[in-house]
Amino acid sequence: MTTSNPPVPVAPTAETGTPKRPRKLTKAEQRAIEAKTRLTSPWATGIALVMAFLWTVPTFGLLITSIRPQASIQNSGWWTWFTNPEFTLANYETVLTGSSTAFATYFVNTLVITIPAVVIPITIALLAAYAFSWIEFRGRDLLFVAVFALQIVPLQVTLIPLLTIYVDVGLAGSFWTVWLSHSIFALPLAIFMFHNFMKDIPRSLVEAARVDGAGHVRIFFRVLLPLLTPAIAAFTVFQFLWVWNDLLVALTFAGGTPNVAPLTVRLAELSGSRGQDWHLLSAGAFVALVVPVAIFLFGQRYFVRGLLAGGVKG
Amino acid sequence: MSGIKAPEQVDASSAGAKVSSSSTPISYTALAVGVFMILVFVGVVGLVVASFFNAVPEISWPSFLVDSNTTVKKLSLMVFVVALFIGVMALLLLLVDSRKRVPNWTVAITFVGPALAALLLGLIWPGISTIIQSFYGRSPWADSERSEFVGFDNFATLFTTPEFQVVLRNTLIWVIVVPLVAVALGLIYAVLIDRTRGEAFSKGLIFLPMAISLVGASIIWRFIYEYRSPARPQIGLANQLLVWVGLEPYQFLLNSPLNTLFLILVMIWIQTGFAMTIISAAIKAIPDDIIEAARLDGVSGMRMFRYVTIPSIRPALLVVWVTITMTTLKVFDIVRTMTGGNFQTSVVANEFYTQSFRQFNFGLGAALAVLLFVIVIPVVVYQVRQLRLSEEIR
Amino acid sequence: MSVRGRSKTTALTSVVALSLLLAACGGDDTSGESDGETTGSEGTAGSSEIDCSLYEQFGDLSGTSVSTYASIVTPESEAYEAAFVPFEDCTGVDVRGEWSKEFEAQIVVRVQSGNPPDIALFPQPGLLQTVVNDTGKVLPVFPETEAVVDENFSEDWKAYGTVNGTYYGFPNSSNSKSFVWYSPGAFADAGYEVPETWEDLLALSDQIVADNPDGDVKPWCAGISSGDATGWPVTDWIEDKMLRDQGAEYYDQWVAHEVPFNAPESVEVWDAVGSILRNEDYVNGGFGNVQTIASTTFQDGGLPILDGACYMYKMASFYAANWPEGTTVAEDGDVFAFYFPANEGADEKPVLVGSEFIAAFDDRPEVRAFTTYLASADYANLRAKEGFGFVSANQNLDVANVESPISKLAAEQFQDPAALIRFDGADLMPGEVGSGAFWREATAWIAEGKDTKAVLDAIESSWP
Repeated sequence: MTTSNPPVPVAPTAETGTPKRPRKLTKAEQRAIEAKTRLTSPWATGIALVMAFLWTVPTFGLLITSIRPQASIQNSGWWTWFTNPEFTLANYETVLTGSSTAFATYFVNTLVITIPAVVIPITIALLAAYAFSWIEFRGRDLLFVAVFALQIVPLQVTLIPLLTIYVDVGLAGSFWTVWLSHSIFALPLAIFMFHNFMKDIPRSLVEAARVDGAGHVRIFFRVLLPLLTPAIAAFTVFQFLWVWNDLLVALTFAGGTPNVAPLTVRLAELSGSRGQDWHLLSAGAFVALVVPVAIFLFGQRYFVRGLLAGGVKG
Repeated sequence: MSGIKAPEQVDASSAGAKVSSSSTPISYTALAVGVFMILVFVGVVGLVVASFFNAVPEISWPSFLVDSNTTVKKLSLMVFVVALFIGVMALLLLLVDSRKRVPNWTVAITFVGPALAALLLGLIWPGISTIIQSFYGRSPWADSERSEFVGFDNFATLFTTPEFQVVLRNTLIWVIVVPLVAVALGLIYAVLIDRTRGEAFSKGLIFLPMAISLVGASIIWRFIYEYRSPARPQIGLANQLLVWVGLEPYQFLLNSPLNTLFLILVMIWIQTGFAMTIISAAIKAIPDDIIEAARLDGVSGMRMFRYVTIPSIRPALLVVWVTITMTTLKVFDIVRTMTGGNFQTSVVANEFYTQSFRQFNFGLGAALAVLLFVIVIPVVVYQVRQLRLSEEIR
Repeated sequence: MSVRGRSKTTALTSVVALSLLLAACGGDDTSGESDGETTGSEGTAGSSEIDCSLYEQFGDLSGTSVSTYASIVTPESEAYEAAFVPFEDCTGVDVRGEWSKEFEAQIVVRVQSGNPPDIALFPQPGLLQTVVNDTGKVLPVFPETEAVVDENFSEDWKAYGTVNGTYYGFPNSSNSKSFVWYSPGAFADAGYEVPETWEDLLALSDQIVADNPDGDVKPWCAGISSGDATGWPVTDWIEDKMLRDQGAEYYDQWVAHEVPFNAPESVEVWDAVGSILRNEDYVNGGFGNVQTIASTTFQDGGLPILDGACYMYKMASFYAANWPEGTTVAEDGDVFAFYFPANEGADEKPVLVGSEFIAAFDDRPEVRAFTTYLASADYANLRAKEGFGFVSANQNLDVANVESPISKLAAEQFQDPAALIRFDGADLMPGEVGSGAFWREATAWIAEGKDTKAVLDAIESSWP
């Protein structure tokens, strides 16, 4: 986003450093573009509103449910809350303090699991996607299709073969297994998505950099990476969510002991050995939801801003 | 892997076209990196083979690496790992990036190598072993009579099970409807809210379901579909709506075949957020110049959508469609949590899970997984064609 | 030494106990019992309450640890950890519990991958059977432990933990399934008596239907939904009725598939159960028609009793934990359960039971010591005191220690010499049937009104 692009003969479609364009659009001009690119009929607005409403209602119901007392949840719909408001934090209290292990422990574990499990696969996938898009080597397309097809392998078939290897090398029960597994499982989709974004980058940009004497490494960092910011940000959010919400991988490879167990292990226990306690599940779901949504909103702002700036700032 | 394609057009290796490649000395550091990556490969293959023959030597790791029991230890381990990873990757890239001539294959293997090594260990090997297992009995790992070779028996069992046709039918419905509807809705929404005030917030609303785990989402929707007798107050929203408009409450999850659609709705609810986010990122990546040019030509509204937006984001639409198709094929949590596969709602993935982790018939489970691999072949073929097409364009 | 799962004060006591123990151990290894006396405070389980000498045969175990894996989760797991403490105090073994709802899928994965726990608490014997047969990694019950089992459990219970003639697992917590939940208050208000025979039960049901002509209140409520285990509560009904109508001998043959699943005797039993579960007049109070049984979770199934929408719900003793907070489970409380009655004139009292089973995967002295402890009466009594409806088939369990009234009732059933105890048949059948076709077809029987004979034929044909 703040790169000094190589002085390239810019193709008309390239968005960086077009000389005829002003460095920054004025507010008025931006608004003009916005107005024209949008579908501005009342119908459009209506549809968007209806969709947003429909998509939010189930989650909203969950939120209301989580602050209602247990007995009410079983006997009346959450919408009756509007006519008969009741409020309790007891559900949240149970979720946060009802375990013998401090809630913070699980939170830290989740964090420790998530950050490397997001950084590692995205880095590796970016490199691989670059090679599949811009480095010519024999068997490249075949290899790429193979990687792509690996998306269909269900995670569950990997559990026993992978765990066997982890046990053999003495890593079972540690964070390493979780980092490694999450990284591996994310790769096919990540490579596929990044590849698709990368190969659409105008050839002229890459060629120009080459003419300028840049090797693959420099092209990767200087030319492609900045243009991929939105795709990276989007995928980061998804990978973050998958890891954050994962129960199976952590449980299988690291086990459910408080030393390594993530938040989801605690949340899965919430409804007790036999019950399905609505009041706890709803509160638990909300606790789990807070961080991912914050990350999403933050990531949103980041990549929208990164894009609108369009690499011009540098 | 190691084959070097003859330089064509601009691909005059990374040394750059300006420099005559033959006269520059080869970068030995880069060469070393290439050899190192090959060794990594050999190591991974060796590990898999050794593990297969139970011949992996036990390694005693330093305890700070594998046994972090305090918050400080955990966090420092995390920082250590991220730093180590970035350090190693940076070092490799630095070494391979040289002013001197770098053999193309070393660059290629440095970029693709880590991904392939990881995939070999964690997906290719388990995938292959799944295919092998599908020809064995219940428990392919054990040294008992339950691990005997059964040929195509597992597949025969699959295709002769009476409910199997229903399972296949449901899977097809899922795999067609979910991507179609989720991409369509995601696209519409992304376009409608693009560059509007409070865009991030509007996106957040549709995105919310993504942030809930599949099981969590299933539980929410179970609650929505909850049925109570007409005489009592409803606690499920869907039935309350029916009651409000004067209809009888309905057993959404029980009555086949519509119940499959109500399960699919949950998946659409989740995946639309995924589609919307990726599509929106693609829309943002449409260069302003194109839009401006179109605008100057007097294009706007629906025509802008049809002739500018859609063609520009076509690749992203395909990515999303393919990805959701793959995900949908694999999903079983929704069916498992909401109906347990009863009431004629089961799908192949759910049968796979049930056979493997409920019945512990790993042979039959593997056969179902192989069936998933087969179902996805059309998608792979389609992807190959797309790849060819885009190569031609370039 | 573990302090998990206990309140701060008890944790503190245990730390004090630990330091005392360590101090004592430094001087004299055999002084275990006297250390224990300093720890028993305020009713907390202390080592003074158990016989430490039982574990001396295993040598000095201090500093070792045993990993335990179970499908029980918090808060119930905390009761287990508390009950392990006296053993830890005695021996110095650190018992590391791992508690997970995903136990059933995970245990097989772990064992197959070479990463088993030392000890697992199997939720049903069927799963133990599977793991024994499919992996061959389960160890037979250790001789020291078996000696203690023989002192405490009747011969029948040994049979359920035996696979292919080898004794692999002994019972942990058990439950009685032959219960019908009801509201004593509602019964009293309407002038109903607890039925003593099956005929009385049907008469009472008819009475309730007659007393509620508008059909708003039904005699029965039911729920069989349970995720991918949907249908299992029906199998309990069938088994209980099978035991009563066809007798224990036939029941054993039925479980072992020595008689076909679709024999005429079976059809009769299913029809008898159907006369309640598939009777629109009788079910499903608070939820709707017969079909709603399939969409109602078993956890929610009995709740309409509380608001008077139904009168009876047949469910095992562990359902005591499912009532909302503040519900009193007692003979004079909000809810209680009566014995699912036998037929008129029957001279036996059949009881259908289920149980968890403990099995070991590793042979080390501390593992032997711990399984021996788990088989002991000391453990059964200490664990019972911690509550959560725990009841053991241990004959030397003091019923007074059992916390909840319904579990007391179950404990009395287990120890009643006249009781005819039979294990949950579905748990003993092969997985394809017991946790496959039986559940699936029973669900179709309820939800789709599938013909009884067709259901039985389908289950019969699924038998491997």
